Amino acid sequence: MDKKKFVTFLVTIILILAVVAGTTPYIIKHVRLGLDLKGGFEILYEAKPLEAGQSVTPASLKETARSLEDRVNAAGVSEPEITTEGTNRIRVRIAGVANQAEVRKTLKEPARLTFRNSAGNIVMDGSDFVPNAAKVVFDQYNQPIITIEVKDKAKFAKVTKELTGQPMSINLDEKQLGAPVVQGEMTQGKAQITGYSLEAAKNIRDTINLGALPLQLAEKYTNAVDATLGKQSMNNTLLAGGIAFVLILLFMAFFYRIPGLVACVSLIIFTWLLLVVYMLLNATLTLPGIAAFILGIGMAVDANIITYERIKEEIRSGKTIMSGFRAGSKNSFRTVMDSNLTTIIAAAVLFALGIGTIKGFALTLIFSILVSLFTNLLLSRLLLQMLIKSGAVNKPVYFGVREDEIHAL
Amino acid sequence: MHFKYNIHFDFMKHSKKFMLFSIIVTLLGVVFLSTEGLNRGVDFKAGTTLDINAGKTIEQAKAKEIITAAGLPTGIITPGGERVSIRFDKVLSQDEVTKIKQGFVTTYGSKVSLEENTVDTSLAQELATKAIYVVLIASVFIMIYVAIRFEWRYAIAAIVALLHDVFFVISIFSIFHLEVNLTFVAAILTIVGYSINDTIVIFDRIRENMRFAKIKTYDDLKHVVNVSVSQTFTRSINTVLTVLVGATLLFIQGGQSIHLFSLAMMIGLLCGAYSSILIASPLWAMMKKNSLNKGRKAAVAKS
Repeated sequence: MDKKKFVTFLVTIILILAVVAGTTPYIIKHVRLGLDLKGGFEILYEAKPLEAGQSVTPASLKETARSLEDRVNAAGVSEPEITTEGTNRIRVRIAGVANQAEVRKTLKEPARLTFRNSAGNIVMDGSDFVPNAAKVVFDQYNQPIITIEVKDKAKFAKVTKELTGQPMSINLDEKQLGAPVVQGEMTQGKAQITGYSLEAAKNIRDTINLGALPLQLAEKYTNAVDATLGKQSMNNTLLAGGIAFVLILLFMAFFYRIPGLVACVSLIIFTWLLLVVYMLLNATLTLPGIAAFILGIGMAVDANIITYERIKEEIRSGKTIMSGFRAGSKNSFRTVMDSNLTTIIAAAVLFALGIGTIKGFALTLIFSILVSLFTNLLLSRLLLQMLIKSGAVNKPVYFGVREDEIHAL
Repeated sequence: MHFKYNIHFDFMKHSKKFMLFSIIVTLLGVVFLSTEGLNRGVDFKAGTTLDINAGKTIEQAKAKEIITAAGLPTGIITPGGERVSIRFDKVLSQDEVTKIKQGFVTTYGSKVSLEENTVDTSLAQELATKAIYVVLIASVFIMIYVAIRFEWRYAIAAIVALLHDVFFVISIFSIFHLEVNLTFVAAILTIVGYSINDTIVIFDRIRENMRFAKIKTYDDLKHVVNVSVSQTFTRSINTVLTVLVGATLLFIQGGQSIHLFSLAMMIGLLCGAYSSILIASPLWAMMKKNSLNKGRKAAVAKS
């Protein structure tokens, strides 16, 4: 036995486990939990124009999503996920919100665009503007200008006359987007707003266009979970996962002896790494996600089982430990790859056609297979190789093979 | 202690009986599906599901009372001790949900917590169609992959076994009238993954053994299959056992949605192991036999 190599092996294992143990509390704290685990709601809205005969444009849908986000932020909720889907849908996911009912109500109301004088009184609103007439153009110095057009020339003339020299603020709901100063009476029903960056100008343009054509939102799908119920689901699932994990580790160690112990280490690293991936990608862990997580552990265990069964077989056929390990690793590699890749294909289809919560499930499955291939094909093998090279495990019995099972070559 | 699964079993000998058995079960499934259909949950049928946990046991009669008091039809109530699940065929408004929650809070105290799941009619239809597409498209992609990596006979045998498993689980859910939701689709897809995984591991071994085997008769072919299945048998059992441990614990511990998910998984896992060994492998051998016969006939014709 090469003591130096064996000590290196032990130190490596201890170092890895120390890093895992030391960082896990921090990681668990920073993994983003889905609404089904900490309470919150998910709503899929379908947008329709408020006035008949109009249509939903990509710009107005995006603008509506943005205004929803503003409202949610105004309610003091952190990290809402608001995305547009297809041509007329918006999905809102909000986790950890206390006054669910209230937030849901405000979300459903159409965005309201108002123009106010310095006293805060509303002088004009979104319906005064010609739909989709606001544009961003550039002046001769290449500065962005927002051009707007109103329906009622007389009203606009009156308002601008009164406010000449004063700022007129543009608000979407309660959020002020800008307050350009009115230069004088405008009788043509058209006006230009200057002095904003291109980004801000585009924002104001979209807001005015949306305000002129607000979208009505209807709830197509709702999933709302109270915080206590979510927490309970999480605790139950984690408990189930924890027990299953320990049982699996015991099984591996018992059935595959020394390599089984190495598999235990790599399974722990696998779980840890998967959490790290979640944290780094800021992905949301949901209940179906945890289910996929636990199943991912199953796949990871399978990768080890396939390899160790193969190594056992090679040793039984009379090979030495080292060459049995080499042949077993080589022969099982293709099997593990083929079986994992087919599962990735299924998961990828699931993710691509993603429907709601299923997407989270598919994503975790894909992550877990990739991480599993790394830890159980690469890392686990490296560790086992280190151990075998140290000569500490030179008897077949360490691999769960009895002497009398070995055939002569 | 040391144990190993001693296999002196001729898997091919009884293959016809098992195939017959599977065909009968599948036909039974068809009958049930066409007469009973599936117990579609709100995800596929529109309406609202409320999952209510009161922290203490909820009596069904009382739950009914509360709902009636809120001015709503009672819906289908699944009792479960501290946690009940109530399904309404109609889409409840936010106010109606609040009313029901209030009702439970007055009866059972402030510990009541609730999960609402509402799906609109048109979306439910869309989800149902999409779910079927997802399974079919995934199957096609898997088939293409297997056909490229192995050969078409393996691909066909693998897909037959796969659809057998999926159909079996769906049939069980139809027979026992268990609710089918989006998570069920996730379960089906996991089964697809595992089933194909299981089959591929055995096929991989058959492919490997075929390289060194001199196949002259159908008996040689049967021998290769028997040897391959035996060689991978310990792995099949061990893997199914470990995943089954996870699924069973989830089944015992998890809430309503996870509950059915893990049930589907458990059935699918066992079914997947069965079909890989007793359906897919013999089926491959039978298809391969035809190519043997052809090869021999061609050889005879030449001479």
